[in-house]
Amino acid sequence: MAEINFIVILLIATVTAATPLMLASLGELVAERSGVLNLGVEGMMLVGASVAFAVAASSGSLLLGTVCGALAGALMSLVFAFLTLSCMANQVATGLALTIFGIGVSAYIGSGFTGVSLEVSGPLVVPFISDVTILGTFLLGLEPLTYVTIVLFFCVRWFLYKSRPGLMLRAVGDVPDAAHAIGFSVLGVRYLAVMFGGAMAGVAGAFLSVYYTPVWVENMTAGRGWIAVALVVFAAWNPTRIMFGALLFGGVTILQFHIQSANLGIPTQFLTMLPYAATIAVLVIISSDRARILLNTPASLAVPFRP
Amino acid sequence: MLFRIEPRAETSRFMKHAAPLLSALLAMAAGSLLFLFIGHDPAYAFYVFFIVPVSDLYGIGELCLKTSPILLCAIGLAIGFRANVWNIGAEGQLIAGAICGGGLALQLQAFDGIWVLPAMFVAGALGGMAWAAVAAFLRIRFNANEILVTLMLTYIAGLFLSYLVYGPWRSPTGFNWPESTALHEAARLPRLLAGTHLNLGFPIALVVACAAWLFIRHSYLAYQMEVGGKAIKAARYAGFGRHRMIWMGLLIGGACAGLAGVVEVAGTIGKLREVVSPGYGFAAIIVAYIGRLNPLGIVLASLLMALFYIGGEQAKVTLGVPSAITGIFQGTLLFFLLMSDLLISYKLKWTGFSTASGLSEPHGNG
Repeated sequence: MAEINFIVILLIATVTAATPLMLASLGELVAERSGVLNLGVEGMMLVGASVAFAVAASSGSLLLGTVCGALAGALMSLVFAFLTLSCMANQVATGLALTIFGIGVSAYIGSGFTGVSLEVSGPLVVPFISDVTILGTFLLGLEPLTYVTIVLFFCVRWFLYKSRPGLMLRAVGDVPDAAHAIGFSVLGVRYLAVMFGGAMAGVAGAFLSVYYTPVWVENMTAGRGWIAVALVVFAAWNPTRIMFGALLFGGVTILQFHIQSANLGIPTQFLTMLPYAATIAVLVIISSDRARILLNTPASLAVPFRP
Repeated sequence: MLFRIEPRAETSRFMKHAAPLLSALLAMAAGSLLFLFIGHDPAYAFYVFFIVPVSDLYGIGELCLKTSPILLCAIGLAIGFRANVWNIGAEGQLIAGAICGGGLALQLQAFDGIWVLPAMFVAGALGGMAWAAVAAFLRIRFNANEILVTLMLTYIAGLFLSYLVYGPWRSPTGFNWPESTALHEAARLPRLLAGTHLNLGFPIALVVACAAWLFIRHSYLAYQMEVGGKAIKAARYAGFGRHRMIWMGLLIGGACAGLAGVVEVAGTIGKLREVVSPGYGFAAIIVAYIGRLNPLGIVLASLLMALFYIGGEQAKVTLGVPSAITGIFQGTLLFFLLMSDLLISYKLKWTGFSTASGLSEPHGNG
């Protein structure tokens, strides 16, 4: 029984660690499917995290904090959308600018909140109670926001593949000229898709600062935004594969914690490197199949559109 | 819509050079507004941020000191960016350079010849190149996106440096701080001006900038790289190998960033510690753009960026605002540049308040 409980706790930890990656990646997926490459995910996550923490700490409401985090992420992405869509600026450069800007803004917003801790009524972890089934333990142990994430996954998948607006969005990402010719607003669709991505990155950041840690530390996303961007490539722009990819990375993160606590004499820095090294490794494996990447990349990704 | 965007018949040379100036002015104006918003007199804040830090010789020395690593990184990045090689990991290559150059100095403590410093620079440049070479190899062999790889390598380099200064290289006499022993005199960059901290790093950075200018202007290789960056098909037709450009772009960027790492360790910092750069490698990306990927422009842009850094520190001391404001300035500057770049290939036409859509074209004089 003890082993099973240990596995359940490990699973809970993995899914929880994967949640912010799932959120940010699903958002970026929708933006990229509309033909916009937003490399500012890291910056949007950070701003989302700092705003959510500041609001949650000031108001005492975690929900309000999360909502404000989403709004902050969407606002950041609106800046990106204006520059890349209305001003036709280079998407790669603008995304980098957004990340640098986001690091500054979040450090500024968070500067009054370092060392503050949140009063969190955490998830109901009741691991060793025998009258709760294993599945029950698992389900009770997850954060409510993780459930929201799973629901969002099904929504995104349904939207992209089964709904008419989703078809329109994919058309805009693949053949914007044709979509424009039959009367779709290419820029309108792209604005909305980018802002959805921003809001999702904001929630991902809020999850980190308000539920996962829950403290504010400068640069606390530690590259998760970039890993989320990489996940979209790994998943070949497919939402289901994003979920599995995120779980893989959540697993790597948790594995690293457990090796650390097992005290094998490996310096912690090498263990902390694992997710980054894993990103490079997976990127290498996936990218070496050029045909597969070419086949799945939205055909007009990062190409500006002028109506 | 008050304005309509219209393509220009040919790109505007004037706007190409005016856009960076325009964006610097706009960023400063936006910064003053930000100060107003957080309750400071914008004129005074502007004075504290941009004038006070450089109002004496000491301040100008500090400005040049901060300029050196930014300039070095930006020069290397610009050569890569010209060839459309997206090296975003100058920060990591800087750290690799600091580790190799600083590490060599720690091994050479018994020697004090004048060859110690040059040896450190060579080691640093090689370290930066090696770190960038990983990304180049993975890009060419496995088609792995260099943006993501160089970024991930930056995190890894930072963690490796952290391991070194917490572990094997930690100073035994350092009261357990995560830092190495101080570098000995022969491994330190000599001071240039009494009364300032200015050291040899600044002239070195300027020499590298001149060399880059010569390289871009007069070498066939730089020409090939530029054609490859602007028109891949033309480059392929002319027989310029894309692989060689990716290699050169990343290696030059890595070497310059590695030099910057040595400049920091042998100059300002004087030892290895957990953090050797407050993001110079990332700031350099902005600098390369503001400088229009042109060495002269980059020299000016890195002075401006250095001013943002020391202005931020000054504002922290005098006004009590977080120094994070520097990052906000950096981001806004690039935003404004990207926005004003629109004016190079397009012009804005005032359409007044009445135009309902782009369909109702004016009918001319008739």
